[in-house]
Amino acid sequence: MLASLLIVFREVIEAGLIIGIVLAATRSVAGRGFWVGLGIAGGIAGACIVAAFAEQLAGLFQGSGQELFNAAILSIAVLMLAWHNVWMAGHGKQMANEMRQMGAEVSLGQKTLTALAVVVGVAVLREGSEVVLFLYGIAAQGGQSTASLLAGGALGLLAGASVSALMYFGLLTIPARRMFSVTSGLITLLAGGMASQAVLFLQQGGYFEFMTSTLWETSWLLPESGIVGRMLHTLIGYTDAPNGAQLVVYILTLVTIRLLMRLVHGRKSLPDALVSSTS
Amino acid sequence: MKALKYLTIAATANLCLLPALADEGAIPLSLKGHKFAPAEIHVKANVPNVIVLSNADDTAEEFDSTSLKVEKVVASHSSGNVRLRPLAPGRYPFMGEYHADTAQGVVIAE
Repeated sequence: MLASLLIVFREVIEAGLIIGIVLAATRSVAGRGFWVGLGIAGGIAGACIVAAFAEQLAGLFQGSGQELFNAAILSIAVLMLAWHNVWMAGHGKQMANEMRQMGAEVSLGQKTLTALAVVVGVAVLREGSEVVLFLYGIAAQGGQSTASLLAGGALGLLAGASVSALMYFGLLTIPARRMFSVTSGLITLLAGGMASQAVLFLQQGGYFEFMTSTLWETSWLLPESGIVGRMLHTLIGYTDAPNGAQLVVYILTLVTIRLLMRLVHGRKSLPDALVSSTS
Repeated sequence: MKALKYLTIAATANLCLLPALADEGAIPLSLKGHKFAPAEIHVKANVPNVIVLSNADDTAEEFDSTSLKVEKVVASHSSGNVRLRPLAPGRYPFMGEYHADTAQGVVIAE
């Protein structure tokens, strides 16, 4: 039971952290529960489909279907995270003012909530399909231990949900005026980590094969297999043996998102300044 | 026979995709009764390698190794390519994540 608890927990922890960040980033936004819920439900449905067709998926693209699929959905998540951050950089100030004045929930554009729902969906789908395959394997084997293994799996899910809650409530302790810069920073790092993970999948699939040699090893200091290493892997894209292409894509992603945010923010802040000086 | 067929297809696909690896050849690895055979794989250090894992079990398995940076799900009675980056000499343990108590192995780069 403990073994299956640990496996399921390890798989859901990534999705749990991401959902916690998304919930914090959308605090005081009307309708976020629905969209995050939709992302989770869609992710679970997608996970079952991916698990059911694991063999067919793997067979695509000369045996690299699984890797290409993972790289593709990670790239979609990176785009959505980037888009959310850039949109918020343009509208965040206006929203914060509205929130202060109304003291109530504001309606964030439906589009950016949809983007975050996709991110949640992708996170749940990726980890979920592995959980589904694992639990299906247990159920298929039968035997006396099945019930206890499934109970372990359920507890693992619960533990993953707690991580999500911890992340969320932890972030809520940050003062509201700092919230945007903290969550946008977290989301930028999340996107960088996902982009470098996508590179790794492409390399595993036999594509994108340049700068593949390992730059440095830090497994002696902080192994990626441990719980801290794993969480940092999700949150900031930590890896104990990065290769050149991963590092380049990681930095490019961070720089691009920050530049776009600054660009959009600069453009928007001009009319803001005019408004405040005339009033 | 089915496994053999997949192995042949996978190996052929490999040759098409990665001509540079053609002379190295793919390393066969099988999983049966949730145990890897061979459990110890010797590869040449500092060059890329490809393991072709054929899963003879009735359940899917995930070839998982944090030290090799590989996560690859192989469906039951199916096979999949596990590409290894050029490895520095050393031991790189791997496991079948869904049956980690028995499915254990190690890649030794030398």
